[in-house]
Amino acid sequence: MTELCDLTGAALSAKLAGGEVSAVEILESSLGRADAIDDRVGAFLTRTPELAHERAEELDVYRATGAPLSRVAGIPTALKDVFTTNGVRTTCASRILENYVPPYDSTAWARLSGDGAVLVGKTNCDEFAMGSSNENSAFGPVHNPWDPTRVPGGSSGGSAAAVAAGEAVWALGTDTGGSVRQPASLCGVVGLKPTYGLISRYGLIAFASSLDTVGTLTRSVRDAATLLSALGGKDPRDATSLDGDRLDYTEGLEDGVSGLRIGVVAEASGEGVEPGVRTAVEAAVERLAALGAEVAEAHLPHAEYALSAYYLIAPSECSSNLARYDGVRYGLRAGGAHADSIGMMFETRGEGFGAEVKRRVMLGTYALSAGYYEAYYGQAQKVRTLIIRDYEAAFERFDVLASPTSPTTAFPIGAKVDDPMAMYLNDIFTIPANLSGMPAVSVPCGMDGQGLPVGLQLTAPVLGERTLLLAASALEADLGLSLRPPILP
Amino acid sequence: MPVDIDIEHVARLARIQLADDEKARLKVQLGVILEHAARVGEVAANDIPPTAYAIARANVVREDVPEPSLPVEEALRNAPDREGDRVKVPRITEIGS
Repeated sequence: MTELCDLTGAALSAKLAGGEVSAVEILESSLGRADAIDDRVGAFLTRTPELAHERAEELDVYRATGAPLSRVAGIPTALKDVFTTNGVRTTCASRILENYVPPYDSTAWARLSGDGAVLVGKTNCDEFAMGSSNENSAFGPVHNPWDPTRVPGGSSGGSAAAVAAGEAVWALGTDTGGSVRQPASLCGVVGLKPTYGLISRYGLIAFASSLDTVGTLTRSVRDAATLLSALGGKDPRDATSLDGDRLDYTEGLEDGVSGLRIGVVAEASGEGVEPGVRTAVEAAVERLAALGAEVAEAHLPHAEYALSAYYLIAPSECSSNLARYDGVRYGLRAGGAHADSIGMMFETRGEGFGAEVKRRVMLGTYALSAGYYEAYYGQAQKVRTLIIRDYEAAFERFDVLASPTSPTTAFPIGAKVDDPMAMYLNDIFTIPANLSGMPAVSVPCGMDGQGLPVGLQLTAPVLGERTLLLAASALEADLGLSLRPPILP
Repeated sequence: MPVDIDIEHVARLARIQLADDEKARLKVQLGVILEHAARVGEVAANDIPPTAYAIARANVVREDVPEPSLPVEEALRNAPDREGDRVKVPRITEIGS
């Protein structure tokens, strides 16, 4: 049965404004859903029902005065557990931050909170956002609401699963190599990674700073536009945030794709793409053509090198960023007597980091070490230039590029855990947008033969969010998919 | 061919204590990943400039205005060990041989 928690943020906001429901009623619907099914999904690491109740009650009092509410006010919101939240534990799904309670809010959460969004909890993810299946969490896996024996994708797997299952109406994630778009694809929700720097990274616990991007997981394209409108705009606390004010990205959302030039990325249709994914993606592109878009083949000739470049650049940056976890100022300090501080650091990091984090810190340390820097990190940075040039050439001919988001649908838990290279290939189509900083979105475009959702990825030039969302919205409206996971009551 | 790396040396640089089985596993896995990653060398010609940030920003400056900072109690709340208003750590000087 459809309940309040199954509606979109836009629908709920309209009901709130019309006085049909209260913020407390909406909240109770979401909390009730999580109570009913989160033992089977495992989307949350920390739930915040008391704080949420206080906030919803305040909003209802405020609403009763007749004051206008923002479009995010009163909407149950989940945050990936890499966003700092003042007074609410923030773990990065890591033992090393298991008991860390930040003394400040991330800018992304501060902006939503300031507009009246209601935090229902912090979601599970791969440790420090490193992974594509959520199996790298120190606190256990997340189960895909479409089939609990399968992964939700990662690293923002808890956020995607929570939104798909109605445990939150929408959620924030982070996308360093596909960590919003890939789980969105595998869970049948909309995942938006905006242009690098459009949303402040302040208070987002760092993984790879030149790639880390705040993104949104929603059940409609309009909700993605609404969240982006609330989140964007310059932040003096993040020197890499782009200049510019907040814009309203819901304007022109339904203008249609007539005349829009869509390039289908030829390099993203080869072997490794499951037949069910290929069929759904091709059908979606045909729908866009039927709606008036001009569709032709596009090429990104260096895309095949993107994965190699990413697995040098991201680990290099991570090995530097994660040097701060040394057991001194916050986080875990390994127990027992220590002869000296250096020994304490070795033991703390050995005990506190999980296998994938160690793998990437070691990989990055090696790639940056004396004698190897130029051959690995230096060369990877040049490939980054080549990939940007590929996109620039493609966007001379096209407004938007289309490809599958992920080569596969959700795979069984445990299927790839012993083979890092097989796991890394999940992100082969999403990584180029991180290396180039371009905005990209995954929008549900159908089901495979097993009834699992497939996502279409659309990519636009830097700051082309409007075009991106317009195309995604047109497809969403045309397909009219009913996306209700069978696990729901 | 998988890259042969000195795992002990890299672990020392990374300040991570690893068990013997972790070292053995990582040596194999990193070798395979680096073999794949080394493909960047096939196309990264000398005349191609490196990119550190996709959307480059020039030096970002601001006025140097004092603002309230985090109170000491807040800043120390997550410290594993403290002494007064300071973080307490094990000995930081090397022990003589």
